[in-house]
Amino acid sequence: MITQFLLVKTFRLILLIAAVATLSFVLVSSSPVDPVDAYVGAAMLRISPDQREVIAKRWGLDRPPVERFGRWAGQMATGNFGVSTIFNEPVLSVIGKRFITSFWLMALAWSLSGALGFGLGLIAGAREDTLLDRSIRLYAYTMASTPTFWVGMILLMIFSVSLGWTPVCCAWPPGLSAEQATLWQRLHHLLLPAITLSLIGIAQITLHTREKTIEALRSDYSIFARAQGESTIGIVFRRALRNVALPAVTLQFASLGELFGGAVLAEQVFAYPGLGRTTVEAGIRGDIPLLLGIVLFSTIFVFTGNFMADLIYHLVDPRLRKATGAIS
Amino acid sequence: MLDIQDLSIRFTRYTFGLKKKETCVVQGLDLSIAPGQVMAVIGQSGAGKSLLAHALLGILPRNAQVEGRVFFKGKPLTPERLSTLRGREIALIPQSITALNPLLRVGVQVARAARLSGISKKDAPTTVNRAFSRYLLQKEVATWFPFQLSGGMARRVLTATATVGMADLILADEPTSGLDPATAKEALGHLRELADTGKAVLLITHDIEAALKIADMVTVFCAGTTVEVASADDFKGLGQLRHPYTRALWNALPANSFIGTMKPIERSPNTTGCPFQTCCNEQDAVCGHSTPELKHSSAGRVRCHHA
Ligand SMILES: Nc1ncnc2c1ncn2[C@@H]1O[C@H](COP(=O)(O)OP(=O)(O)OP(=O)(O)O)[C@@H](O)[C@H]1O
Ligand SMILES: [Mg+2]
Repeated sequence: MITQFLLVKTFRLILLIAAVATLSFVLVSSSPVDPVDAYVGAAMLRISPDQREVIAKRWGLDRPPVERFGRWAGQMATGNFGVSTIFNEPVLSVIGKRFITSFWLMALAWSLSGALGFGLGLIAGAREDTLLDRSIRLYAYTMASTPTFWVGMILLMIFSVSLGWTPVCCAWPPGLSAEQATLWQRLHHLLLPAITLSLIGIAQITLHTREKTIEALRSDYSIFARAQGESTIGIVFRRALRNVALPAVTLQFASLGELFGGAVLAEQVFAYPGLGRTTVEAGIRGDIPLLLGIVLFSTIFVFTGNFMADLIYHLVDPRLRKATGAIS
Repeated sequence: MLDIQDLSIRFTRYTFGLKKKETCVVQGLDLSIAPGQVMAVIGQSGAGKSLLAHALLGILPRNAQVEGRVFFKGKPLTPERLSTLRGREIALIPQSITALNPLLRVGVQVARAARLSGISKKDAPTTVNRAFSRYLLQKEVATWFPFQLSGGMARRVLTATATVGMADLILADEPTSGLDPATAKEALGHLRELADTGKAVLLITHDIEAALKIADMVTVFCAGTTVEVASADDFKGLGQLRHPYTRALWNALPANSFIGTMKPIERSPNTTGCPFQTCCNEQDAVCGHSTPELKHSSAGRVRCHHA
């Protein structure tokens, strides 16, 4: 049963990648950005129409789109994503390096928002309609309707500019390379972007956990637990924790897409050289190979999140676990 | 053991806008049980039987207001006192099997109830094992999840959960619904045994015939009000029953060839008088004016102007 689950998921992933690849190809082909212009850049004026034609021919731009797509897809399938024009480096190696920088930012923000959001949601739900609950809700609603870049700028102004506690930009001190920076320096630079990113993520998980906690506390099993003499704290921690945590963990994994989107903005504000910032650069400067590479990469990234969410449900929920043959 | 006088339960609801609406679902409920007694509570669906059990344990939703006098072991049952008694001296067998948490193993849930009822950590495993074998549940059932239980097993697990401790008052809310006659008989037999050890059992049920086999006394609810208290023996024939509603219930039993039909009786908010008046064929002017008192009548009690 579990193998069937994996097979279905793999098949879906392949379909999804094919669809995303086709769509991006169509979008790029019909975009006003001329690939030759983008390639020659500032030298555009010093180049003759003949030379342009030579380049276009070498790149196969005189071929019909379907044939171009076939060749491109074929190259992708063998793992050749081309060379990034702005970094002059293979696309995969650019994505790899930048993703690792982003990964620590996203991982820290993700765990912070997950843990804090879940905790706040539990407290708000267990103390429904008290002052505490109202304050938590007010905070969550405010955060849910605040743009990431704005929060980032406010934090930057307070902690970096006025107080000078945290650096104003980058992932490590300017002038050093990634390898030269100490772990402490990197954490110091990571702190503010990660907090910005998590502050926004907290809202959704808090409100969701609060709803689930209230629902759990009103359920028949909680009422029966109360009849057995269990206190509210006891019900929340000894009875309903699993019922609340399971959907919360699922939501947290399924929200990787939003995390990625948030990272693009947060990295932009803090000039943090991660994948999000690279995406913006690739877009602005017309680096088509890199842009396509990032699109496919983020597709797989978001898919993995949803896949983890499903997998956890299958492994933890006894009703589904029975169906997948994991319990007797 | 337990004495309830003039209990009423009201629900507050906010309808459109911020208009507060109060519905009174239980009013003038009286009931008492002595140790060693099985008191059956009968009445149609919606008569307020489950609400009574939940009100006693203080587990009604927050929009419910309970009024009335309740004495447990001779002393008033205040909310503070109740919080120390819940699960220790008063236990509930819930009506629905959704009272089991779907994500926790059955054994864990019963063990937690045992700990809450005051059994030490050391003794809990053996007590749980004993409860399981008393209700003919195999040992491995403890490692199962509720969805793996049959309906009958789930009921036995609920009964085991409620009786794993040493509660003196057991509120059994329809413990036999959904069971086949043989299993139902066994479940009732267990309740009788519990009563014979000196506990008091409140048996809420639809199944009058089955209940009469083990009950000592019967309290009849009609639309949230106690209309009659009779001994089980009074149900041997129509002549001993004092209230027309009880007689109608009795007539509707299969053994008594279903004379007369029962339609649901609901408490309408603004009528005064006897709750049963609209369906009663002994009704006259006085029944519409005033609610009759619950009078003593030989061994039982009755709330009727004409009894
Ligand atoms: N939370 C609530 N809010 C408003 N009304 C309620 C609420 N809970 C129960 N009631 C009403 O109270 C009445 C009595 O309900 P109760 O559950 O006690 O019935 P019952 O006698 O146990 O019936 P059954 O035999 O079907 O279990 C019903 O009319 C019901 O609609
Ligand atoms: Mg009921």
